[in-house]
Order: sequence, then structure tokens, then C-alpha cells
Amino acid sequence: MTATDTDATVITPQAPAAREHRLAATIARFRPGVIALVILVIFGLTTIRNANFATGASIQAILSIAAVYMLLAIGEAMVIITRNVDLSIGSTLGLSAFAVGELFTHDPHTSIAVAFLVGIGIGAACGALIGVITTLIRVPSLVVTLAALYVIRGFVNIIGSGIQIEPSVFPQSLVTFGYSTVIGIPWMFLIVVAVALAAAYWMYAYPAGRELYAIGSNPAAAALAGIPTTLRVFTVFVISGALAGLGGVLFDAQVATVNSTAGTGYELIVVTAVVVGGVAIFGGSGSVIGAVLGAILLQVINQALVAARISSFWDQAIAGALLLAAISFDRLLAVRAARALVAEKGVSYVE
Amino acid sequence: MSSESRGRVRARGLVRWESALVVILIAVVLFGVAESSTFWSTTTIFFGGLDIGQVAIMALPMTMIILTGEIDLSVASMLGLGCAVFGYAFEHHTGVVGAMLIALAVGAIGGALNGFLVARVGLPSIAVTIGTLTMFRGIAEILLGQSEVSGFPPSLEQIGIAPIFLHLAYPFFFFLVLAAIYGVVVHRTAFGRSLYAIGLNTEAAFFAGIRVRRTKFLLYVVSGVICAATGIIYSLQAASAIYTAGTGLELNVVAVVLFGGISIFGGRGSVIGVVLSVIIVGLTEVAFTTINISSQEQQVIFGGLLLLSVVVPNVGEVRNRIRGRVRRAAPPVSAGGGL
Amino acid sequence: MQVSDGRSADGTKEQQTEFDAEPILGVSHVTKSFGAVAAISDASISLHRGEAHGLVGENGAGKSTLVKMLAGVHQPDSGQITIDGVPVTLGSPAAARDAGIAVIYQEPTMFPDLSVAENVFMGRMPRQSGGRLDRDSMRRQVITVLEMLDVRLDPDRAARGLSIADQQIAEIAKALTLDARVLVMDEPTAALSAAEVERLARVIETLRARDAAVLFISHRLDEIFNICQRVTVMRDGRSVLARPAGDLTSDELVRAMVGRDVEHRQLTRGAIGDVVLSVDRLTQEGNFVDISFELRAGEIVGLGGLVGAGRTEIAQAIFGIERYDAGSVTVAGQPLKKGSPSAAMQAGIALVPEDRRQHGLVMDESIERNVLLASLASVTRRGLIAGELARETSKTWLDRLQVKYGRLSDPVTTLSGGNQQKVVLAKWLRRNPRVIIVDEPTRGIDVGTKAEVHRLLEELAEQGVAVLVISSELPELLLLADRILVIREGRLVREIPRAAASEESVIAAAAGAYTEQAA
Repeated sequence: MTATDTDATVITPQAPAAREHRLAATIARFRPGVIALVILVIFGLTTIRNANFATGASIQAILSIAAVYMLLAIGEAMVIITRNVDLSIGSTLGLSAFAVGELFTHDPHTSIAVAFLVGIGIGAACGALIGVITTLIRVPSLVVTLAALYVIRGFVNIIGSGIQIEPSVFPQSLVTFGYSTVIGIPWMFLIVVAVALAAAYWMYAYPAGRELYAIGSNPAAAALAGIPTTLRVFTVFVISGALAGLGGVLFDAQVATVNSTAGTGYELIVVTAVVVGGVAIFGGSGSVIGAVLGAILLQVINQALVAARISSFWDQAIAGALLLAAISFDRLLAVRAARALVAEKGVSYVE
Repeated sequence: MSSESRGRVRARGLVRWESALVVILIAVVLFGVAESSTFWSTTTIFFGGLDIGQVAIMALPMTMIILTGEIDLSVASMLGLGCAVFGYAFEHHTGVVGAMLIALAVGAIGGALNGFLVARVGLPSIAVTIGTLTMFRGIAEILLGQSEVSGFPPSLEQIGIAPIFLHLAYPFFFFLVLAAIYGVVVHRTAFGRSLYAIGLNTEAAFFAGIRVRRTKFLLYVVSGVICAATGIIYSLQAASAIYTAGTGLELNVVAVVLFGGISIFGGRGSVIGVVLSVIIVGLTEVAFTTINISSQEQQVIFGGLLLLSVVVPNVGEVRNRIRGRVRRAAPPVSAGGGL
Repeated sequence: MQVSDGRSADGTKEQQTEFDAEPILGVSHVTKSFGAVAAISDASISLHRGEAHGLVGENGAGKSTLVKMLAGVHQPDSGQITIDGVPVTLGSPAAARDAGIAVIYQEPTMFPDLSVAENVFMGRMPRQSGGRLDRDSMRRQVITVLEMLDVRLDPDRAARGLSIADQQIAEIAKALTLDARVLVMDEPTAALSAAEVERLARVIETLRARDAAVLFISHRLDEIFNICQRVTVMRDGRSVLARPAGDLTSDELVRAMVGRDVEHRQLTRGAIGDVVLSVDRLTQEGNFVDISFELRAGEIVGLGGLVGAGRTEIAQAIFGIERYDAGSVTVAGQPLKKGSPSAAMQAGIALVPEDRRQHGLVMDESIERNVLLASLASVTRRGLIAGELARETSKTWLDRLQVKYGRLSDPVTTLSGGNQQKVVLAKWLRRNPRVIIVDEPTRGIDVGTKAEVHRLLEELAEQGVAVLVISSELPELLLLADRILVIREGRLVREIPRAAASEESVIAAAAGAYTEQAA
């Protein structure tokens, strides 16, 4: 009896496991930095192969194409952080793009400011509808937004069947805005960056923003802590919708030729970007900045393949593999963390 | 406690859901007949079956996967990959049968990749299959690029032109045969019962000796094979193999399955519901086409129905939520777990 | 029983003489039943300013129900809870919080991606003008509290990866920033190392100095004596003793916890046979070490120990739910593949798990499907489930175990806890196992069904099945087991043969050093 007493204490905690875990956690925290680094490496390697890649025109092209995806990624990141998903953004973008085109068709003298307000308003309304259904009926947002994807796209098709809005419809100022730059950087990109910074600041500096993480990591505990979870989730869907609406107007400015398929399939590209950017698909973790960088990364890869004269056919395969790599990496971190916690815990088991 | 009673409400709601589908089916038929004199004809059956065929076939493996609480968004890309591999191999003189076998093998490998990542590594299936969705399509693109492979044996290309018998299109016939098999497997075998157990409570299923990981792995492999087969059917039906085959269909497949009453949480629903859902969607498309509503416009109704299918069984919940606004100040502690 | 009631009254008298001030928290004669099961039949406790009050009792004595009442999760059926002498209704966790009661759970809920300070202030973060989060104020308040507790913890670090001890500290900090005056700590030390327990003891000392009251629940009697000034003992849903800790010996405490006559089973069973299950030096990192024992046909072996000692983990490792890191399991001479419940089932092992609702049953499925879930092959004919045979078979087993149910197709949720447990047993007995492991087989079920389950396990042993019983209820172990293996902190510390087994001997071995010295 006494013999067993002396050694019946705690099993030696495994310090290496704990240290490994801390390292992994550090990498996870600096995910945006890691992605930025990857972007730079790809950029450098491609430039070695094709010096034209580093020219202003090439960079401008990448940034302005990336802008719309980045914008959508901001809203999607916020939605996913609350343990939801928004598959309707591509359709919402299409609706906004088309509606604003129609607006100019009917009244060519509409001011640009009104066009932006209409686009954002349409998007916010779609988001509000989705938010209400998701929070009120408590149907998983995957299903609600999947249905919304069809309904909104179908609606665009009804008002826009067979119609193609030509560049001439849009006022010159809007089209110019689409490709004009300031100190070599597209205006559009700057606007999106401003939105991203504002969103990131809100997520960081306002209690409501912090609460989104709490909702995503443990909805029941968040509600218990007195967080108005319904309101927060609703708000996030409205933001995501409004950004998709804004994306529609930017799409108009950029592409200028709009038909009812505008934005089709964007939702899955954006979800890929967001997850690659370090937002956990089941919520509670990640950042807007990471998501935006994820969107840029996908676009850089796309353009780099062109510049390196590798068939652009590889683009999708690489994007898919990247997503799998990103989530596998996250999983690895989680397993390490769990192992480290077991080691710290010692022998005592907690129910 | 509340989640239990909600589960029971949902269970009863779904029993009613299949009856609701029958009513909707009758309504669609009546609507079609009333609106168009050509609706009640053999061409409806043939073209309706031809159009919905691919989605219908892929809906079956998806049904099993969603029953276990997972999802496979890579189905349509696997269709495209199956199509591309089939075309690529055919072009490289493997013969039609050889090309088919290679395409099916690729389907199995792709499915195994999904299965490995979801069942073995334990990654969330939604993220994994969005990744493979992009990847499979990308590989299809690498194989075929913009080119188009044609020149398959005319006898095989019949499946896109002629009915197999009685005005039944080949793809739809395949679907019905497969659906019968799925119906028996899901509802009458030990394997089928284990799917429900996994979907409702994975841990309890594991504690009862059900090989949860192996089962899920198998489902993904089967899904890969069947979707690749659908890609072969697509190639023959269209008489050409292209890498973009079936782009975007994954969400249609999910929608058909959910509309058929399979719960997105797993463990609820029946194959017959999915079959009814397929027929309703197929007939609706034909009915609307005959009255000149384009297939794009039909998406509104389709989305509406999908929404209806999740809202109706939850109406009681909604009423409680609205009435319980005051009580919401004090949520029950037992409401643990995810959304 | 009558004797102990008298002692309860004594205790109440004593505490009145000792503290003349009004208690901060008074719980008087509360009751709470869940269906037919009375979790608390008459519990009273009073907490005074500046005291750490120990609450002890065996599993099932009603401690956790009492904690949940104080947390606002459950409401008492009758009786009264007072704060500063004023009756209060703790209708929700928010109401409990507003009343100044904070509950520190064994494993707190944290939001891993938020900082410690954010976790402390979640749902009530301080704002600057303009609505922005006031991080400085948050950090200051947390630092102040942590300094007061004399604990080092970076308020800005993410909660991810915090040790459980630090998570508890964060919860205590939260309680203090909420101005909680009553801190209920529900087995906080179960997952802590010795050094962490010492730190917690110092923190409690500080809390006392600030006139807070601490209700400290623990199974480890040495901690109770080290930390607490007074102790309340609960047994069978009643508070049976309340006394200054200094007036008590650990023997008296154990006796108060046990306090009943142990029924002894008549040993009329057949002879004990060959070894069927042999476990050799089984080790699972973090959970248990070097576990070796044998189980013979027709024998009932008890696995005793405190909650969290590693018994459930051992059972689940044998059955293949979790993998083990070293050692081996042999069934009837054949080595058993690890990490595979289906292999364990093939070898003839059955496990009735501790968590009936999460692991034992698929709650939303029908009764029939649950009964058949582990043995579907036996009702399958030519690959298909024979519907009639399936119904007949499950009906036979449900009748044999006298399960009260409506229809076979009813969800298992419609059954009472006891009947649910019988469905789990039916599921496994259908397979004719040669080894059955039952983990807390009678937890939360009524007395009548409990006796039936006990009888059933004895019958199984008589038929030559080897039975391994894990139970935190000592009377149950003593009633059933031919010998008891005591697990403490992941190690098999003692094997007690039936003749030498008593509640005192098992508790002594399970709770460790302090009680042994005293005994």
C-alpha cells in the first residue's frame, strides 16, 4: 500500500508536447503573416520566370480583379466566424449588379452615389431576409442560403432574361472609376482595403465584434453570457449581404458588360479563400484580414500561372489542393494542442 | 429535454413531409396539364427524365452521405472529372470499355481521398469537399483543356436520343434501378440502419460497434464511383466529353436531397422522399418549359420549395420562438452543442 | 436513518451558536425530484462571510443538484434559498449571477480565440465613449483582481491552451469582477496537480479575507480539512451533518458520508471459472498507468475509486473506444485488437457505458432499433432485416427485462431513465457476451429498477458471465462485487477481497494518504 502511495502522484507532464503546442499556436496566430509571405514568395518566383509579372500593369490587374472577391470574403469571414455560412453572396452580387445596370438603363442621369446606395441597399435587404429566416426558424444557414442562392438568382433571371447590359449604359464616370488608379493602385482595391480595415477594426475594438467569436466557438455559452446572439448573427448576415451588394456595383464598374449570370459560382471561391485565410469552417476562429489575404492569394496564383506560362488549367487544381492543405494544417495544430493539454493535465481525467 | 421533443416533432413532421411531397407532385401534374396540352405526353416523360437524370443519380449517394450527417459537395466536379477521364482515355485508344473502367477507378480514388480526409483525418466534410470540388474540376481541366472528345460508338450514344423502353430515358432508368437498390439498402439492411444511427448519434453508434469511419469512407468511395459513372453517361448522352460537364450541379443535388426530406443534421428522411423530390423537380422543369418559363427562372420556385421543406417541419419551433421572446432572456443551460 | 437525522439537527444547532451573524447564503430544507427520482429530499446549508465551507458526500448524494440550484439551472421543488436573509428565486443563471453567486465548474467554458480579459468580461465588456471596447479598463480590472489573488496570468493572452487551473482562475477573476460574494466551486481540484491545488487553496484564503464565502466541493478529504472551516455532509439527498472542520476526524466524516447498513449478497452462486479477460500493464497517457488484472467466468469484480480516477477510461480502452499506449488485453487466451469496439464485441465483450444518453442509446431512434443496434446480423436473413423477426426478438428481450414501454416504434426518449437503461442492457445481453463491463449501471434510476439491475448482474454471473462493475456508489460495489479493485489517480492501488471490503476500506484506498494516516 505504502509503496504505491509514493508514486501515485502525477505522471510527468510532457514538456516537449506543450512547447510544440505553443509553437503551433503561434503559427496559427500569425496566419495572415504566413499567407502574406506565401503571396510574396509566389510573386518572387514568378517574377524570376517572367519579369513582366512585377510590372505596375500586372499588379494593377491582379489587385483590381481580386478586389471584388476580397470584398465578399470580408462578409463571408464574419459569417463563418459566427459558425454560419452564406452561400447566397454570388447571387446577391448578381442581383445588385443587374439592378444597378437596369437603373442606369432607365435613368441614365442617376448619380453614382445613388447607384452605390441602391446596390448596397439591395444586398442588405437580401442579407436581412436570410438573417431573419436563419435566426428565427433556426434552420441551418447552409440550407437557408442555398435556397436563397436559387431564389435570388432566379429573380435576376426573371427580370433579366435575355438582357445584356452594355458598357454604354453605365455613366463614363463609373466605368472610369473601374480602372482608374491612384499612385498606381486601383481605386477599387483601395476602397476594399478600407472596408477590410474598418471591418477588422470593428471585430477588434468593439464588444459586438468580439462577441462574434464567442458565438462561433460556443453558441450556448455565448447566450448564457448574455450576448444577444440572434441580433449579432442577423447583423452579420446583413453586413455580408450589403458587401455583396456593394460588390455588384464594383462588378458593374469593372466588367461593364452585365447579364443575369453575374457572380455565378463566386460563393464557393470565396468560402475557399476565407478558409485558406485561416477562418475555421466551424466558427470561432480566424480574422477578416486573413480572409482578404486568402482571396488575394488565390488571385495571385491564378495570374502567376499565366505569367509563368503554366497552363491556367492548373489554377483550380491548385486552389483545391491549397484548401485541403490549409484545413489539414489546422487539424494538425488542433491535435497537437489537444495532446499538449493532456500532457499538462497529468493523469487526472476530467469528465 | 427541449432538443429531444424537438427531435420528435421533426420526426413526425418528416413522416408528413413525404405525404406533402405526394400532394405537391399531384399539384405539379395538374398544373402542367392545365397549362399545356402537350404536358401529358410521352415526350414529357422522356425529356424530363433526360434532364433530371444526372442530378437524380448523384442524389442517391448524396442521400446516404447526408444521412450520416456529412456532405459531399464534390459530386458535380467528380462528374466532370469522370467525363474528362473517360474522354481522355478514349482519345488515347483504350477502347470504350477500358475508358469506362479507368474513369470509374478515378472516381473511386477521388472518393477515397474525400473519405480519407473526412473519415480518417477527421476534417469537416464541407470544407474538404469544397476543396476537392475545385481540385477535381481542375484536374479535369488539366486533362482536357478546352478540347472536346467525341466519336463514341453510336450505339452507346443512343442513350441521349432514344428511350430504353416505354419512353423512359436511359439516365432516368438508371436512376430508378439504383434508387430501388438504395431503397432496399437504406431501409432494409443492417448497413442502412447503421447510417441512421451514425447520423443521429455518432458516438452511440461507435459504442454499439458500428465501424463509423469505415462506413463513411465507403460512402465517399461509392459516391465517387457513381458520380464518375454519371460523367460517363453525360459524355455518351451529349456525344462529347468536356471538362465543364455538370458545373454547379452540386448545389442542385444537395437541394433535391434536402427537398426530399433528408435532414441536413443527418439521421432523418427516406429514399422514397428523395425519389419523389426528383420526380417533382423533373416534372416542374418540363411544365415550366412548356409554358415558356426558362430553367433559370424556375430556380425561384426551386429555392422556394427548398426553403419550404425546412421551414414547414419547424413551424412549431418558430411559433414558440416568437411567443417565447420574453423567455429568451433566460436560455436553457442544457442547450449545449453546435448549430 | 433516524440517528443521522438527529445528528443533522445537532449540526444546525451548533452552527447557530457559532455564527451569530446572518449567513450570506442560506439554503433551508430544499427538495428536488426528477420524475420518480428524488435527487434532493431535504438539504440545508448556510454560508457565512469569510468562510470556506466544505460540501462532501458520495456520488448521487445530491451535491451536483444543489450546485445547479445555486447556479440557477434547477429550481427547488420546495424549501427556500436566502441571500442576506432575504428569500430569492434563482430562476436563471443570470438571476444567480445578479444575486452575487458565482459557480466555478471543474472545467470552465472558455472562448479559446479571445483573450483572458475578454473572457472575463464576455457579455458585459466595458466601453469607452463612442462604444469602443475599453481594453485598458478591462486589463486594469483583471490585473487588479489577479494581483489580489496573487496569481500570475497574462490578461492579454488567448484563452486557447490555458491549463484547467488557469481557466478556473479566470473564472474566479470573472466572479470577483462581478462582485460575487458567494463562490461555489464544484470539484475544482479533480483535474489539478498538487501545486495547482496549493495555489487554489491560497486563492480561497484570499477570498475569505475579503469576506466572500466559498462553497468548496471535493472528494479528497485532506483538501477539505486543509481548506475549509466548516463541513456539510450530504447523503441520499439530505444534509446529515454540518460542523466545524476542526471538530471532525476524517473517520467521522467518512462514517457520516456512508452512514447506512450495507446489504450483503448471499453467496449462492456457482463456482468461479477460468480467466476470460486478462488486462496486462495497460497504460494510456494522461489517464491511467500499468493497470493489470484478471476477470474470471462467473465472477463479479468491482472497480472502485473517485470520479475521474480513470476507471471509465480503463473500461473504454478495453472495449476499444479509445486506444491505449502500452500493455495488452487478452480474451480467453486470444490477444484483443486495440481501438476496435467491433473486435471487442466479436471476442464477446459488452460495454454498458456511463453516459447513457450520449453513448448508450441513440435517443431519437425507436426502442426496437436501439435494442437491435449491436446485433443486427442476428435478425438479418439473406442480407435483409427480417422485420417480423426483428420485432419479435426485441419484444422478447424487452419483456425478459420487464421494460415498460408503449410501442416498439416509440423513440427511446419516451422511456424513463430506468427503462432506458434496461434497453441498453437488452441491447448487450442479446449478444450473449462472456464479459460484460457495466459503467455506473444504476446512475439516475429509481430504487426499484436499481434492484432489478443488481439481480440481473448476479444472474449473469451465475450463468458464467464475467462481470466488471464500475460504480461510484460504494454500497452497490459492496453488494455485488466478489472483489474490488481500487483505482486512484490512474493507478490500481489496491485489491480488496470481499471479506475485507467495507465502505471505509474502499474510501481510504480511493481518497489516498490523509485518510489512511488518520485511520
